[in-house]
Amino acid sequence: MIGPFRPLEDDEDEAPVPTAASLGLLACPHCDAVWRDAQEGEPCGRCGTHLYTRKPYSLNRTWAFLIAACIMYVPANLLPVMITRTLFGAQYDTILSGVIYFWVSGAYGLAAIIFIASFLVPLFKLTVLILLALLAQRGSGWRRPERAKLYHIIEIIGRWSMLDVFVVSLLAGLVQIQGFAVIHAGVGIAAFGSVVVLTMLASLSFDPRLSWDSRQQQQAEHEREREQPLLDNREEKPA
Amino acid sequence: MTEVPDTVVCPGCDAVFSRAPLQRREVSRCARCGTELYRHPGDQHRRILPLTVACLIMFAIANLFPIVEIELQGLRSQTTLAGAVLVLSTEGMSIVALLVLATTLLFPLLQLCILAYLLIPLQREHRPAGFAILVRAMQMLRPWGMIEVFLLGVLVAIVKLSSMATVVAGPALWAFMALTVMLTAVLSFNPNAFWEMTFRPPGEPEEETA
Repeated sequence: MIGPFRPLEDDEDEAPVPTAASLGLLACPHCDAVWRDAQEGEPCGRCGTHLYTRKPYSLNRTWAFLIAACIMYVPANLLPVMITRTLFGAQYDTILSGVIYFWVSGAYGLAAIIFIASFLVPLFKLTVLILLALLAQRGSGWRRPERAKLYHIIEIIGRWSMLDVFVVSLLAGLVQIQGFAVIHAGVGIAAFGSVVVLTMLASLSFDPRLSWDSRQQQQAEHEREREQPLLDNREEKPA
Repeated sequence: MTEVPDTVVCPGCDAVFSRAPLQRREVSRCARCGTELYRHPGDQHRRILPLTVACLIMFAIANLFPIVEIELQGLRSQTTLAGAVLVLSTEGMSIVALLVLATTLLFPLLQLCILAYLLIPLQREHRPAGFAILVRAMQMLRPWGMIEVFLLGVLVAIVKLSSMATVVAGPALWAFMALTVMLTAVLSFNPNAFWEMTFRPPGEPEEETA
């Protein structure tokens, strides 16, 4: 996958592929029906979903979720996610201290699973989504097939970072032996859960088709959004 | 607004293709970006209803019995999924409790119930009320059901605890494993196929009443 470095905007002059946008077609995102002469925002004739050339305000929404996720990423990694109270005192665990504990105690496989699911995956998701959103915003033609692949990957792996949330919830529910050992969920796990949800929302609101649009199409789309700021309310306007 | 038949638009890159008939087990992918466009439905729609019912039964077992039990100095403690959610909510972690409740209990259950509700009338070639909304709901719930992630979480928690206490796997753990396998099969069923099932067969009237 890693080839020689190619400058940005390299693929801009590739042969144009017929797209729904260029042919004036609108495809329903839910039932896959394809419509000709459909208005932007009109409900699909088969299932009633509103049809749009691109997901409305896709980049704005993606950025909003991404920025929120980046902010929550800090407390998610710094605050304790689990508090263990035993006869010998209380122990505060953050995500990474849990990984280190397993690594030191010799459970390398487990340490690797938690490290990948709880630390690498969210970081990877944030980086990839920021990269995809930035490149899509610029209408860049750089390595489009690889970007499509990256988007597929984060769609599949995103959910697995919920792992730590489930582990902590289960431990907190299970280890309730008063006087001997009690495990509480820490505030960090709430922040961590919100990072997972926010990055999932970000990847759901990102429209992968934007990665394939040229700069001209991007601008046309932007103009249209500016002209019709209330796309969803268009039925309420008098004809 | 007119429908363009036998055309498919790639949801990943907007490229337009004409729909070609597929062989069994074949999957059609976009030539440009590799996104899956459609696949041969096979006889999945016949298997899916029994699987859904089996899933619902497993779901009940998985949630009614304890998942794991620990023993520490003669003291025992056990929990079900709902029990863990309850403890979290009493500890002031209601957001996390809600998240766990939704992703492991509510959403998968809702998905299974919707599937059963949609599939049973379809056996008699009849579309139930609220068909469009429910098919759409199925698709929206899809990314948020996380039973398989929860199962991995249970296994990690067991390994974590095994160093400090005796851990006994409860009946629900096995039910969760079976549920994960069956749910994967059930949810590999693309809700889009509902539209194909009700609209594609030749000789069927296009739309009865709006």
